[in-house]
Amino acid sequence: MKLKLKIWRQKNQDSKGTFETYNVEANEHMSFLEMLDVLNEDLISKKQEPVVFEHDCREGICGTCSMVINGHPHGPNAGTTACQLHMRYFNDGDTITVEPFRAAAFPVMKDLAVDRSAFDRIIQAGGYISVNTGQAVDANAIPVEQVDAAEAFDAATCIGCGACVAACPNASAMLFTSAKVAHLAKLPQGQVEEQQRVLDMVKQMDDEGFGRCSNVTACEAECPKGISIDNIALLNRKYFAASIGSEKQAQ
Amino acid sequence: MLDGKVPAGPLTEKWQNYRGTMPLVAPNNKRRLEVIVVGSGLAGASAAATLGELGYNVKCFTFHDSPRRAHSIAAQGGINAAKNYQNDGDSVYRLFYDTIKGGDYRSRESNVYRLAEVSTNIIDQAVAQGVPFAREYGGLLANRSFGGVQVSRTFYARGQTGQQLLLGAYSSLSRQITLGTVQMYNRHEMMDVVKVDGKARGIIARNLLTGKLERHAAHCVILASGGYGNVFYLSTNAMMSNASAAWRAVRRGALMANPCFTQIHPTCIPVSGDYQSKLTLMSESLRNDGRVWVPKHMKDVEAVRAGTLKPTDIKEEDRDYYLERRYPAFGNLVPRDVASRAAKQACDEGRGVNKTGLAVYLDFADAYERYGKSEANAHGIQNPSKEKILELGRKVVENKYGNLFEMYEKITGENPYHTPMMIYPAVHYTMGGLWVDYNLETNVPGLFALGEANFSDHGANRLGASALMQGLADGYFVIPYTVGTFLSKEIRTPQIDPNDEAFAKAEKAVSDRIDELFKINGSQSVESFHRRLGKIMWDYCGMSRSAEGLEKARKMVRELREEFYKDVYVPGSADEYNPELEKAHRVADFLELGEMMIVDAHDRNESCGGHFREEYQTEDGEALRRDDEYTYVAAWEWADPKAGDPVLHKEDLTFENVELKTRSYK
Ligand SMILES: Cc1cc2nc3c(=O)[nH]c(=O)nc-3n(C[C@H](O)[C@H](O)[C@H](O)COP(=O)(O)OP(=O)(O)OC[C@H]3O[C@@H](n4cnc5c(N)ncnc54)[C@H](O)[C@@H]3O)c2cc1C
Ligand code: SF4
Ligand code: FES
Repeated sequence: MKLKLKIWRQKNQDSKGTFETYNVEANEHMSFLEMLDVLNEDLISKKQEPVVFEHDCREGICGTCSMVINGHPHGPNAGTTACQLHMRYFNDGDTITVEPFRAAAFPVMKDLAVDRSAFDRIIQAGGYISVNTGQAVDANAIPVEQVDAAEAFDAATCIGCGACVAACPNASAMLFTSAKVAHLAKLPQGQVEEQQRVLDMVKQMDDEGFGRCSNVTACEAECPKGISIDNIALLNRKYFAASIGSEKQAQ
Repeated sequence: MLDGKVPAGPLTEKWQNYRGTMPLVAPNNKRRLEVIVVGSGLAGASAAATLGELGYNVKCFTFHDSPRRAHSIAAQGGINAAKNYQNDGDSVYRLFYDTIKGGDYRSRESNVYRLAEVSTNIIDQAVAQGVPFAREYGGLLANRSFGGVQVSRTFYARGQTGQQLLLGAYSSLSRQITLGTVQMYNRHEMMDVVKVDGKARGIIARNLLTGKLERHAAHCVILASGGYGNVFYLSTNAMMSNASAAWRAVRRGALMANPCFTQIHPTCIPVSGDYQSKLTLMSESLRNDGRVWVPKHMKDVEAVRAGTLKPTDIKEEDRDYYLERRYPAFGNLVPRDVASRAAKQACDEGRGVNKTGLAVYLDFADAYERYGKSEANAHGIQNPSKEKILELGRKVVENKYGNLFEMYEKITGENPYHTPMMIYPAVHYTMGGLWVDYNLETNVPGLFALGEANFSDHGANRLGASALMQGLADGYFVIPYTVGTFLSKEIRTPQIDPNDEAFAKAEKAVSDRIDELFKINGSQSVESFHRRLGKIMWDYCGMSRSAEGLEKARKMVRELREEFYKDVYVPGSADEYNPELEKAHRVADFLELGEMMIVDAHDRNESCGGHFREEYQTEDGEALRRDDEYTYVAAWEWADPKAGDPVLHKEDLTFENVELKTRSYK
């Protein structure tokens, strides 16, 4: 299949970017990233600079790949990361637009690569249980109901890709943050620090320059891992309880 | 002869006694000691977090944009531990024994026993961190089985166990970053180890966004940089996984142990085209419920290849469930090396089921029926229809492996709930790695290696669900103690000075190497060299090896390396974000490591575990080990290829607690 690609090129964080157009010959068995590999090999053979895009596992779990394809973070298919998207979903002759995730808190580093370290700092603000190595009790000492474990797991499958932010008109990080809050809140081990955690993580999220959540729900629609906006409702409840119902303050 | 520094005493007491008597570093001294950890996968993150908790000053490096993206995130099936929660006869000794036997008697008893001992603490720790393992109705932890064992000791979080364990370690690491005990350097690639007076005292790192070279000094250096499976180009490893951190250590005098021991995993999605960039694993846990087969008759093979016959229409009696036939005791759950070789043999006989002839079936039809019936029973459904049974059964399977089935469908476009999966072996893991003693210290004082980067516990073949266990054992429960054996002698050593001449020299060497790569300005891409290297390694140093083939391969790799230094083209410049430059370094190192693997494979005149030498097999095609001559670890010292061959150092393996037997899964 012959494709026309309109790809965002930007030399570095300080320079202005622009779309460039390329033609590429692909086949339907390739993944989207393999199609970009083909383009890059072609550029290199002409001694031109290849397109920088981030990727690693290429199986939808590491959360590294990050690009907006035809207006959708990770492309048009539901529940699919860019690396898992296959060319069989495109047609010969298509024009495909590829650009980086856009958000003030995710500056573009080069071409399609953005800096998502703000997510790390949100986790550092409280996305953990304070237990040192060696302090744990026997793993079966505290039974956890199967449904709770399953719900915690569902929230914990967030891959930290940032598509939710890219999808949101306010560039809010609520889905990501709430997934971590919910994961820990569903487990007895996580409940001890629950109130402080939610206050601190929300504060960090605001400090990083992510926007407010106004219930657009585009995040849920574009999340490749099916993280539910129910987590946002849970975060809001916990946040409310912690800020109104307790003496605690964000640190 | 190398000394593994194994403590004296009976096997079962070695670690406890050693831990109780080893020198400690007092808290006030810990604050003054600096430790560099390279890597933030399971091994690196757990080590950095724990050392931070203990009070050391830790600097942790990863080339990823976040510690959470390390390759460990992709591990699917599970993690072993000798908890015996299922009351099925498991014990520390049994886990130890299974691992030694599974590794075909080529690992160090004392290390493996310690691994089995601390395995139980890992599960406790992970649960305390909030790792959402699968649970039974009563709220207790669930288990499943993996290959090469007859108990159920694998803990799992659906098909995403590595992700959940890594996020646990990452959360502990994040907490230490907040507390200021760990300084995290994302997007920093270690380019060299720096030795001062013979001891590892720091690294040269490249800031991958700016290209700037940085010197980082510390009292000791811990490498947790993962395995080198990507030397084969196509593997199940993440695209960025590479050997350079370990290889640079080798170039600085560290020994590389058993480099030819690589694991080919039996159940991966088959190769589909030349453009392919990586292979995808279908977790071994699937062999709990999936049955492996090929058609008995060539006419059926030809018909399924041509697409005129559906595999589901092939009658039971016309199928060859070859693992169940050849290995009745373990059936579909034989260890990986055995299962991979059997798949290769079936395909070599011409019975491969896809167009390329390199695929076998992994079929869940029986599991749907079995689970469906028991679900129907449990829900009081009287006389369920066949369709109802299958529907209920598929639901159960979906709960266990849903994400894997989904992944399969995304890649192949086929629905594995309705047709058997097609699978074929692929490179997956490297048992070989930096040689370390019982303290996990390499032969370079102050240089430690953890996780897949070392060679320590899996011998010639790793059992499923044991890499996660080893990485976390090393990081949480071993290195925090054993690093003290070195650091307790360093409490009077002042801060290491990064302006020392050794650092300046190492930095210069790195920048020269970068210049050299740009200067070549040839015409072929880095990727194309990597692909060619991978093909040589797979053809001659893969699932089956021979002296003749290896000799040929060595020559080919040398020629390819020469060509690389004459004709590679690296675009862009050194002082910017330049993934092609990163790749060029890594491939240059793979081109050297590949040769060492070939040398090792050629030198080991026996078949054991994943190392199958065609000259050494039994009449029915099983591996023929040669214990009298090869019960040792082969640790190689690098030598400039222009000056000579790598130098072999041996560590004799003594077995005091298990009897060396021919490994049989029949
Ligand atoms: C698809 C797949 C599934 C698997 N499933 C299982 C399973 O179910 N059970 C099991 O037990 N095992 C499994 N394994 C094996 C297991 O995942 C790995 O062996 C293990 O995770 C390795 O962990 P590690 O910490 O040693 O290395 P890695 O996770 O590979 O981490 C390496 C780290 O080092 C860093 N690094 C490397 N070089 C440098 C450098 N030069 N400079 C800076 N940083 C560097 C990287 O950035 C990364 O942070 C699986 C492997 C694969 C490929
Ligand atoms: S919530 Fe979904 S979209 Fe957002 S970071 Fe997590 S996985 Fe990505
Ligand atoms: S590359 Fe890992 S999720 Fe896409």
